[in-house]
Amino acid sequence: MKKELKFKVNGEDYDLWVEPKTLLVQVLRDELGLKGTKWACDSGACCACTVMVDGRAVKSCSILALQVNGKEVMTVEGLANGPELHPLQQAFIDNWAFQCGFCTSGQLMAAKALLDENPDPTIDEIKIAMDGHLCRCTGYNMISEAIQDAAKRLQAQKQQEGGK
Amino acid sequence: MKTILNDFEHFAPKTVEEALDLLSRYGEEECKIVAGGQSLLILMKQRLVTPKYLIDIKGISALDYITFDEQQGLKIGALTTHRAIEKSPVIEKYYPVLAEMEQNVSSVETRNWGTIGGNISHGDPSGDPAPVFIALNGRLRIAGLNGERTVEAEDFTLGYFETVLGHDELLTEIQVPALPPHTGVKYTKFSQLQGDYATASVAVSITLEAKKKTCSDVRIALGAVAPAPMRAKKAEEILRGEKISDDLLARAGQAASEEASPTTDAEVSEEYKRELVKVLVKRVAKEAFERAKKA
Repeated sequence: MKKELKFKVNGEDYDLWVEPKTLLVQVLRDELGLKGTKWACDSGACCACTVMVDGRAVKSCSILALQVNGKEVMTVEGLANGPELHPLQQAFIDNWAFQCGFCTSGQLMAAKALLDENPDPTIDEIKIAMDGHLCRCTGYNMISEAIQDAAKRLQAQKQQEGGK
Repeated sequence: MKTILNDFEHFAPKTVEEALDLLSRYGEEECKIVAGGQSLLILMKQRLVTPKYLIDIKGISALDYITFDEQQGLKIGALTTHRAIEKSPVIEKYYPVLAEMEQNVSSVETRNWGTIGGNISHGDPSGDPAPVFIALNGRLRIAGLNGERTVEAEDFTLGYFETVLGHDELLTEIQVPALPPHTGVKYTKFSQLQGDYATASVAVSITLEAKKKTCSDVRIALGAVAPAPMRAKKAEEILRGEKISDDLLARAGQAASEEASPTTDAEVSEEYKRELVKVLVKRVAKEAFERAKKA
């Protein structure tokens, strides 16, 4: 029997009816068409499906959709501001932090949650925050460097806005 | 093609009473309680568990809390997330070993959604929190329709994924007494990957008498090397009432290694795990001892 799921995704309100067995990743991809969130290992082992729920990074393949009722979800589609990429996305490009890109949306969302909580993380703090994320082509150093670069860009952006 | 879960009927009680009422109706059938689901959903995808009824308690916000005072000690609501424990200032101050343990539970993503009560109720012998709560002399509060009871943390898990919880019961709180003076606690797990399940884990709590020379009390808990987390009581006996020395710690490690009953798995042999226990108990107890001297 379907149950009602009211939640916010990337700032927009949704009111859906879903089977209780539906996972959050299924709602995002199949119901809302937000295919940026990847569904990979399906066993909670790779973090490619990471999205933010109420500001925290979580694995959308390991959460029942009904459990985010009333909550606010952010996916990779919510990062960019129109055509303007989020500083994290731009830093990933500039630092060659992906090749095939399959794990990237999960990496970006975990990095976003990290920088929201800790705007100036050390490399070690980045490694701890990202250690669940598997990447099979780029290697992890460039990802860590990209996140640190993004932190600098975000801080500069903030200072600029503060100076206005 | 990804796994689609089997159908089930979903209940989302908002209070412990509502949850207990549902358990009294469905508990004896193919029914499971889900909190964060970080362990259960994987088993459901693998069809190892196929509940017809799922009682989803994640929304019972009254069970999400951490409190501490000197008399009552520490109380953690069962639906507190791993991450909340890891980041709690109270835990950082009074029970840093719990924060250290949490830092190595899976990934941040899992810790953000998974709950402490769910982890313990899951009864996985390689889970991280149970050995630490055993070393800390913790108790678990269990609610049932016929009232409440508490059990020692060390008596909670009976064997692989099996606990003392009845079909109509719910773990509601973890209680840890205030640490006696001059007590040091340390937990270490050996795992193949950062954040992975333990191949073997050891938690040790050592209390020294006033002059900080003699060990007046000690609790040694082992994880992943028996069907349930266990106390290494023979190893404890070697240390209790004695002056701690490297030689004595090595003997305790040897004793613990003999008490453990690990099994060979796909990655590691029984012998290897026994060797791990021997070395880990010696090292972890040494660290607990050093902490006790400073406490």
